[in-house]
Amino acid sequence: MSAPIYQVEGLVIDLYTPTVSVRAVDGAGFHVAPGETLAIVGESGSGKTVMTLGPLGLLPEGVAVDLRGTARADGKDILSMSPAELSRMRGGFFGVIFQDPMSALNPMLKIGPQLARQAQLYAGLSAQEAKKEAVSLLARSGIPDPEDRYDRYPHELSGGMLQRAMIALALAARPRVLIADEPTTALDATVQAQILALIRQIQKEDGIAVILITHDIGAVSVLADRVAVLYAGQVAEEGSAIDVLTAPLHPYTRGLLASVPDFRSENATGTKEIPGIPPNQAQLEAGCRFADRCELVQPQCRTHRPPLVKVGTGAVPHRVACPVVITAEGIVTHD
Amino acid sequence: MTDAIVAKGLKVHFQTAAGLVRAVDGVDLTVAQGAFHGIVGESGCGKTTLARALIGLQSATVGQVQILGRDRAEWARTDRKGFARAVQFIFQDPLGSMSRRQTVGQTLEEPLQIHGKGDAKARRARVAELLDLVALPTTVLDRLPRSLSGGQRQRVSIARALALSPKVLICDEPLSALDVSVRAQIVNLFARLQAQLGLTIVIVAHDLAIVREVCSAVTVMYLGRVAEEGAAKPLFTDPAHPYSQALLSAVPSPDPRVEATRPRILLAGDPPSPRNPPPGCRFSTRCPVVEPRCRETEPALRAVQHGGAAACHLADASVHAMI
Repeated sequence: MSAPIYQVEGLVIDLYTPTVSVRAVDGAGFHVAPGETLAIVGESGSGKTVMTLGPLGLLPEGVAVDLRGTARADGKDILSMSPAELSRMRGGFFGVIFQDPMSALNPMLKIGPQLARQAQLYAGLSAQEAKKEAVSLLARSGIPDPEDRYDRYPHELSGGMLQRAMIALALAARPRVLIADEPTTALDATVQAQILALIRQIQKEDGIAVILITHDIGAVSVLADRVAVLYAGQVAEEGSAIDVLTAPLHPYTRGLLASVPDFRSENATGTKEIPGIPPNQAQLEAGCRFADRCELVQPQCRTHRPPLVKVGTGAVPHRVACPVVITAEGIVTHD
Repeated sequence: MTDAIVAKGLKVHFQTAAGLVRAVDGVDLTVAQGAFHGIVGESGCGKTTLARALIGLQSATVGQVQILGRDRAEWARTDRKGFARAVQFIFQDPLGSMSRRQTVGQTLEEPLQIHGKGDAKARRARVAELLDLVALPTTVLDRLPRSLSGGQRQRVSIARALALSPKVLICDEPLSALDVSVRAQIVNLFARLQAQLGLTIVIVAHDLAIVREVCSAVTVMYLGRVAEEGAAKPLFTDPAHPYSQALLSAVPSPDPRVEATRPRILLAGDPPSPRNPPPGCRFSTRCPVVEPRCRETEPALRAVQHGGAAACHLADASVHAMI
């Protein structure tokens, strides 16, 4: 695998509202290489969106933020960039697909001109070239009759078509890293499958890096090369999609996967539940974040934060933050 | 044994500025007593409207519903409280269906007060019993819905629905707003309650894997009509309608090795608008095995191999050749 194109390390993000402070991300990191899809998996409140979009300056409004760590995109330190430089980076280097297409598309403007403007601004095309590019992007995103759709307003398109239009918009600037934040959550099953297939096809054709932020294990299984599992702002486990999804090590990953039924498997174990709920991140204790819900919990889990340790000898490093599992199952470590 | 719910020729049409919306457009539904019956389909298929029409939250344009052998409309009109004791509804959004100013204790006690169940002491005991039934600690009694987690709120709304010991529970997407691990907790809670209390449960859902896991029977809807119905496991193993096949095929396997190799049926486009359903079979505009007759004649439900029924001219033989 080639060198990472976007790399975040030791990220800590504190969010402050007038009444509470929350440590949303607590010493987490990730990296993604061109041509690779990284899935960042976690439940609501795990910090997956804040961790991925926070370094780009895309954070909830009305919240004070304290952000520390390093984030390098294309070899450049993006945390020390001026707002103008960062904005340029966001528009061009990164493309973002959101859960709700209406948060990215301007409802007052026709679809096509929005795409063309993006292509003009960031891909440096002339007005005429940009219009052609916009039509071809709509076609590429699987929108039938793209010349006609060019002149439509967002409200004239169905949910699945809008999602495609937003993907076209994200691609208009010819990004090197495409970030998809829960891109299929709001869509119906048959349309979800179409959109996942589209993202996979674009990645194959363009060789860009894709970061998929999701809680949907199915989407991870379809798209991801590598997976990072986030729990309460920390990475619990990371590795190749096959390692993490078929031979998970961390008790949280195991619990999460066991709670997803697989109706194709004859010996499916059904829906097992993880007892309890994630910790309140306004009052975090020392030690492992998962300790209160973990079946394997030991006294030291409550006092010492478990380090992320490399296990196994696969080509893609598999790391897990659970010394208890490593000891109990005699897993060989490589750090 | 009489069936718990029998709906015949149910239609719910809405007049809107943009035209007539045929949300439910001629549905027959039978739910056996003690069944855990799933209604699945994509947005706009009419599954929520159907659930609401079953209990009378939405009045039907045409058709009738019998619940526990009685005409639902008649029952609700002449014996409102008796009906409410027998049949309860659970909403998708628990927060929106509770008073934000009532504590959990008050929320659970209110139906008991309205129906004059016992004195204050007996009611408190029943509330404690209800919390126990849905595995909530008594410490939540004095809390407001806002301060509970999503899973806890859904447990409270289930406990409230169970307060009067109903026979039939109708649930509209009770799992959609929940996280994966919490969803499993609530699914298992439903399954346990159903076995423990002998309830009949109708659940509207779009998570097919979960329906396969817990439901005994399933109805697949498409554009206001029933596409296929039958016992859950046989139907999911051997779906006869091309739409059910595509819907199941769209659910990814959690195992990436399976996902990398399994054949998929990818449908083109979105479901058409229920304002303007296509002539003939409603699925004909997206069906991968469509034939000319499908665009002309609407297929009726007929018996298929898995023991249920499907509304497809081609069920089963030729469709199976495709897979």
